[in-house]
Amino acid sequence: MARIELRGIHKRYADGFHAVKDLNLDIPDGEFMIFVGPSGCGKSTALRMIAGLEGISEGELLLDGEVVNELEPKDRDISMVFQSYALYPHMTVRQNLAFPLRIAGRPKDEIETRVNEAAAVLQLSDHLDRKPANLSGGQRQRVAMGRAIVRSPRAFLMDEPLSNLDAKLRVQTRTELARLQRRLGTTTVYVTHDQTEAMTLGDRVAVLNAGELQQVGTPRDLYAHPRNIFVAGFIGSPAMNFIAAELQGGEIRTARGDLPVNDWWRERLTGASPNQSVILGIRPEGFSDAALEEGTGPEFDVEIEVVESMGSDLFAYFSPESTGARSQSLDDLAQQSGLGDATASRPGEQLVARLDPMSRVAVGQHARLRIDTSHIALFDPETGLSLADHESTAPTLTSA
Amino acid sequence: MSTVAPARPASPEVAERSPKKRKGQGTSPVLWIGVVFVVLFCLFPFYWLVQISLRTSQDIGVAALYPPNPTLSNYSDVFQNDDFVAGLRNSAIVATVTTLLSVLVGSFAAYALARLRFRGKFTILALILSVTTFPPIAIALPIFQLWTDLGLNNTLIGLIIPYLTFALPLTTYILTSFFREIPRDLEEAALVDGATRFQAFRKVVVPLAAPGMATAGILTFIFAWNEYLLAITLTTSKAARTVPAAIGNFNDTAGGGYAQPVGLIAAASVLISIPLIILVLAFQKRIVAGLTAGAVKG
Repeated sequence: MARIELRGIHKRYADGFHAVKDLNLDIPDGEFMIFVGPSGCGKSTALRMIAGLEGISEGELLLDGEVVNELEPKDRDISMVFQSYALYPHMTVRQNLAFPLRIAGRPKDEIETRVNEAAAVLQLSDHLDRKPANLSGGQRQRVAMGRAIVRSPRAFLMDEPLSNLDAKLRVQTRTELARLQRRLGTTTVYVTHDQTEAMTLGDRVAVLNAGELQQVGTPRDLYAHPRNIFVAGFIGSPAMNFIAAELQGGEIRTARGDLPVNDWWRERLTGASPNQSVILGIRPEGFSDAALEEGTGPEFDVEIEVVESMGSDLFAYFSPESTGARSQSLDDLAQQSGLGDATASRPGEQLVARLDPMSRVAVGQHARLRIDTSHIALFDPETGLSLADHESTAPTLTSA
Repeated sequence: MSTVAPARPASPEVAERSPKKRKGQGTSPVLWIGVVFVVLFCLFPFYWLVQISLRTSQDIGVAALYPPNPTLSNYSDVFQNDDFVAGLRNSAIVATVTTLLSVLVGSFAAYALARLRFRGKFTILALILSVTTFPPIAIALPIFQLWTDLGLNNTLIGLIIPYLTFALPLTTYILTSFFREIPRDLEEAALVDGATRFQAFRKVVVPLAAPGMATAGILTFIFAWNEYLLAITLTTSKAARTVPAAIGNFNDTAGGGYAQPVGLIAAASVLISIPLIILVLAFQKRIVAGLTAGAVKG
C-alpha cells in the first residue's frame, strides 16, 4: 500500500526529446489512477519512471512521502504488468509466479502457498505446470497479473495490459481487473490509450498530451467539465462535436442558428468580451430527435449523411453547414488522438448526434434535432481552454 | 512439440491435409539423388580415414575401397603412445578452459554491446571482429617471441591465451545477436520483480540465450580442439602439446622415426573426431530449439 506523489517530474532524453513536462500528481493510497492519452503523450514514460525503469530528469517521485528518485526498481517494491506480459518463456506458470518471491528469498512453503493463492484467484490452478507458449492470450494475461499480485507489492503499475486481448475478452478482463483491484485495495497506476478503459476502470483519470498533464479528475468530472478542447475531444465516444460560434448578447450564434446561454454559463461568462468568437462543444447525446419527443430547447434542421444503428443507440452524422470550427487545439487533437474515424474525418467537420434508437432519421433526409443547452461546453479558440472557470465545480458534481 | 501427443487424425483426408504429409509427397527423386550425392561427397574423406585406420601397415598401399584384413591394432597401438595420451589430456584441458572462458567473458561483452548505450559501440564491435581477420600465421611468430620472453612457451596457458583472442570475437558476435533478440521487457520485468541487473542476466537472459551459448561454445571448442598451427609453434614437448600437434609429430616419434605410421595417424584422427561428433549430437536440440517462443504475445 502506498501513496505515490509526482512533483514537477520531467523526462528529457539525450536526443533532446522532452517526453514528460512538469508532471504533478498525488495518487493517494488505494486509488486506481489511469494515465490516458494518445500514443507518444508520455504516459508510458511516466509509468516507467514510477517503476524505476527510466531515470527522472527533474522533479521528485515520492513513495509514502519518501523520495525514491535514485532507488533501483527492485528496492521500490512495486510490481508491473507489461503490455507484452513479459512472461519468462523458459519457466512454467508456477515458476513465473514464484519468481518475485524466489528472488526475494522467501521460504519455500510460503512461496508455495502464495503461488497457489494467486493461481486460485486468477483461475490458473490447472495451468501451473504449463509454459507460457502453451497458454492462450487471456491466460498469459492472467499469469502476468498473477506475477504482479503474488508478492503483495506497495503498488501495481500496468502498461496497457489489455491491449493484446480480443475485444470480448478485453471487456470481461476489464471488469475482473476492476474487481481484483478493489478487493486488494492496492494503489494502481494504469496506462491506456483507450478512453473507454480509462472511463470504466479508474477512480481518477489523468489525461496527458504531448508530455503535459491536461486534466485530472473522476471520469464523470472529465466528461462533464473538460478543462480544454483536448480533454473534451479525447474523452467520450463518439467524440464531442465542435462548432465555430460567436457570443453575442447572451446568445451563442452559429451557422445553424442561435442558442441561448443558460444561467450556469452566464455566470461564468461575465468576463467575456462581446462578439467573442468561441468554439461550442456539444456531446452527441446533447442532441435529440425533435420528432420523437416533446421538449424545450432550440431546434435545427439538418440533413443526415450517415446513420449508424448500434441497437441501444443510433448515431446520426451531419455536416455543420459552416466550414467547421478552427483552432490550433482542434488540429492538434485531430492529429494526435487519431480521432479521424471513417465517418468523422476530423473534429469540427462532421457532427454526430446520439439519438434514441426509435428515431426514424434516414440518410439523405432532413431531420429536426433539438439541443439540450445544459450539456454544452464553450472553449476559447485561441487557447483551447474552457471558458468555464474550472476551479468552481459544477453544481451537479459537488457530491462527487 | 514432442511433449504434447497430438490427437490422431480421424480420417485419411485429415491426415492428407497435414503439412508434414504434404511435404513428404512433394519430395522428388531428383532431390534425393542430390542429397545422397552431397552426403557421400562430404563423408567420403572420413570413410577413407576410417578404413585406413583399420588396415595393417602392410595393407596401406593396397588399392581397395575397404581394408583387406581389417584390424583394430592401430587403435590399441595409439593408446600405447605416450605423446598421444598426453596430447589428449592437454587438448581436453585447453579446449575446455578456452570454451568456458570464451563463453563467460564473451557473454558479458555481448550483453554490454547488445543492451547498454555507450559511445563507440559499433566501432568496438567492428574492432573485435577485425581481430578474426588476422591470419594466425601472422601472429604465430610474434607470440612465440613474446612467450619465450615471458616463459609461456610450451605451457597450456600459453595456448589458451592466443586461442581466446581468436575465439572471443566470434563468441561475442554470436551472443550479441542472441541477446539482442531477447525482448527488453523480460529483463525489465525481472528488475521490477526484485532482481538485480546481474540476477536478471543470469536467471532470465542466460537461459534464453542458452542456444546461442551452446552454439558459441561448440564452435570455440571445435576451434581449440582442432587448432594446429599455433599448437606446433608454441609447444615443444608432451607437457603442453595438444593432440593435433602430437599426431603431426608421429612421423618423428612413432617407430623410432623410421616407419611411416599412416595407420596410426588415421586411428588417432578418428579418435579425436569422436568427442566433436558426440558434442554436436548432444547439443543439436539445444542449438535448434527456439526458446523465446511465447515470450511475448503470440
